[in-house]
Amino acid sequence: MLLHIEGLTVRYGTTVALHGLDLSLESGELFVLLGASGSGKTTLLRSIAGFIQPDAGRIALDGTELAGLPPHRRPVNTMFQSYALFPHMSVAANIGFGLRQQHRRRAEIAARVAEMLALVRLEGFGARRPHQLSGGQQQRVALARALAPNPRLLLLDEPLSALDRNLRVETRGELVRLQKRLGTSFILVTHDQQEALTMAGRIGVMHEGRLLQVGTPAEVYERPRSRFVAEFLGAANILPVEVRDGALLLPGLGVMVRAAIPVAAGSALLALRPERVRIGNGAVNVVDGVVTERAYAGEALTHCVRLADGTEMRVTQALHDGLGADQPAVGATVTLSWQPEACIVLPGSKPPVREREWPVLPRSGSTDTAEAEGDRVGTRV
Amino acid sequence: MGDVPTRSPSPPVLRTSTSPTLRAGEVSFMRALVLAVPWIWLVAFLLLPTAIVLKIALSQPADGVPPFAPLMHWIGGIPHLRVTADNFKLILTDPLYRGAFLHSLRVAGLSTLICLLIGYPMALAIARAPEHWRNPLLLALMLPFWTGFLMRINAWIGLLQDNGWINTALTFCHLAPMRLLYTDTAMYIGIVYTYVPFMVLPLYARLTRLDPALLEAAGDLGAPPWRGFLSVTLPLSLPGVWAGSLLVFIPAVGEYVIPELLGGPQAQLIGRVLWNEFFENRDWPTASALACMLLVLLLIVPLATWALLSVSFRAMKQRSNPPQVVASSLRSPQ
Repeated sequence: MLLHIEGLTVRYGTTVALHGLDLSLESGELFVLLGASGSGKTTLLRSIAGFIQPDAGRIALDGTELAGLPPHRRPVNTMFQSYALFPHMSVAANIGFGLRQQHRRRAEIAARVAEMLALVRLEGFGARRPHQLSGGQQQRVALARALAPNPRLLLLDEPLSALDRNLRVETRGELVRLQKRLGTSFILVTHDQQEALTMAGRIGVMHEGRLLQVGTPAEVYERPRSRFVAEFLGAANILPVEVRDGALLLPGLGVMVRAAIPVAAGSALLALRPERVRIGNGAVNVVDGVVTERAYAGEALTHCVRLADGTEMRVTQALHDGLGADQPAVGATVTLSWQPEACIVLPGSKPPVREREWPVLPRSGSTDTAEAEGDRVGTRV
Repeated sequence: MGDVPTRSPSPPVLRTSTSPTLRAGEVSFMRALVLAVPWIWLVAFLLLPTAIVLKIALSQPADGVPPFAPLMHWIGGIPHLRVTADNFKLILTDPLYRGAFLHSLRVAGLSTLICLLIGYPMALAIARAPEHWRNPLLLALMLPFWTGFLMRINAWIGLLQDNGWINTALTFCHLAPMRLLYTDTAMYIGIVYTYVPFMVLPLYARLTRLDPALLEAAGDLGAPPWRGFLSVTLPLSLPGVWAGSLLVFIPAVGEYVIPELLGGPQAQLIGRVLWNEFFENRDWPTASALACMLLVLLLIVPLATWALLSVSFRAMKQRSNPPQVVASSLRSPQ
């Protein structure tokens, strides 16, 4: 085990940023901490780096306790969100900074810097100043600088947030390939759920200073254990249900629904991903409704369907080869259905944890109406 | 795509946005008017007085009012220019003036150094203080300016004189009293005390703009705090060091009041010599020539220092890195 965190607690005055957090990391992992701003993910990262002294708990790297060690004594490097490149030094001097602190020989430093420049495809840029580079190039210099001393663990604080959307998507894959090639362990912090899903080996979803769920992207997306995780990763329609004899009753509609996995009796919440619900009749799990809105997003079309009891359901359908001409118009009566495997049953029917903006899937070209509509659906469950 | 709303293309809006009230000629006139203000100011209050001083410096001394001969003489309807370089010759040859110049430079240089050594930690402390503490601390720094300058210097006389507060405290502790007033020490205390805020303010302005993440990055990459200071904070604050040093050095060279009130009679600084020539000897041409020389000196010294600094900076950079643009190191870091 590379990193072991136990009962980590950080307080800022009276507010608690981390509530006795536990986390274990294997060597060579790409672990993504996902959470909204203020969820404590950056605090966790800064505690590992040594910029924050925790109030309680332990952080062990390779079995060595890190608490009490200042940042410069930890074999951990950080790639900062703002990159924090030294403006008065050349790119090469920036990348070599960590090596100079280790008092390596000059020839060795030069060789390693050249190697790092090649790694991030910036050969020939060594003599430039950071301000002479584009945002994407600066990002790569920051990565090379953090990797140059060959850290046991690399911490990346929102590494892609300053890039344009297209570059960001491209860089995701590059970063993952780089991590695989080097075998260095990464902990990456992000608030972008797509980034987390596409890059992570494992995801840890953080909320209010706690790790709500840790697992592979598929586990966390397909089997969220709480309403917050279900809604934070992707979109979800949340319906209150009563569990009777292994089946789910939608009380407002009087419809029985079948889930693939057995659930205990009592009241529960049914979460349905918009893209797992089909418009059209199916063998099981059928409800009727009226289309109230539709939002076109290029690659997909999202319908808002009001059910008989007033609940609004979002249904997202990928636009494959058809041009969407056969899709129902606003005001049309439609039948919705979904497979038992699509049912995610969450415990309890507690009110929403907090008001939040719905992540709109897919992001590209989503219209204002889609976001406004999403908000309404999200809060009126 | 059925009923996906498609907006009809809006009509092309390509109207030029010429202002209906101002024509091009009027705009350039207004611009000239705005630019004229600083130019008029500079000509009236900098160039003209300098020209007058230069004129007096080039004329011969005379008994009367004013105590110098006019530059222009009318002999038989023909203007004769009577220019003399004697005043400058005197200044350059007489060891009194040369000594005064050198002494002034030495005192100003040492004062600047002491101001830097005291001011840098102060500026760093204020810049690193919690945000709600910074303005009160800056205010405390500026507070002495609320009282008159002469008052504050007189207060120092009260502190430093033979039976002043400091010597009273020393005798109270059974230590031998010291002669402080009218010594070089008193003069340096006065100059440093007066000019430290001028060193702190530009340094503070520079240091607060320093991204704290840079220092964190240095620490993260293995640099202990002191090396982080030397390799990040100090080089990035050099423009502030430069600005603060000039703000202290230039007025300190011509300082008259502090050496006069706190310093000993041996402290013949250029300001005092100038004053004596002007008011005691009523030798306006020599005094004017001194003033001109001082001005030239104050232009040369900073420029020379700057050139020296950038050369050494470049050499320092070349040792550790490939060659770089020096000018950009003096520019603000984005």
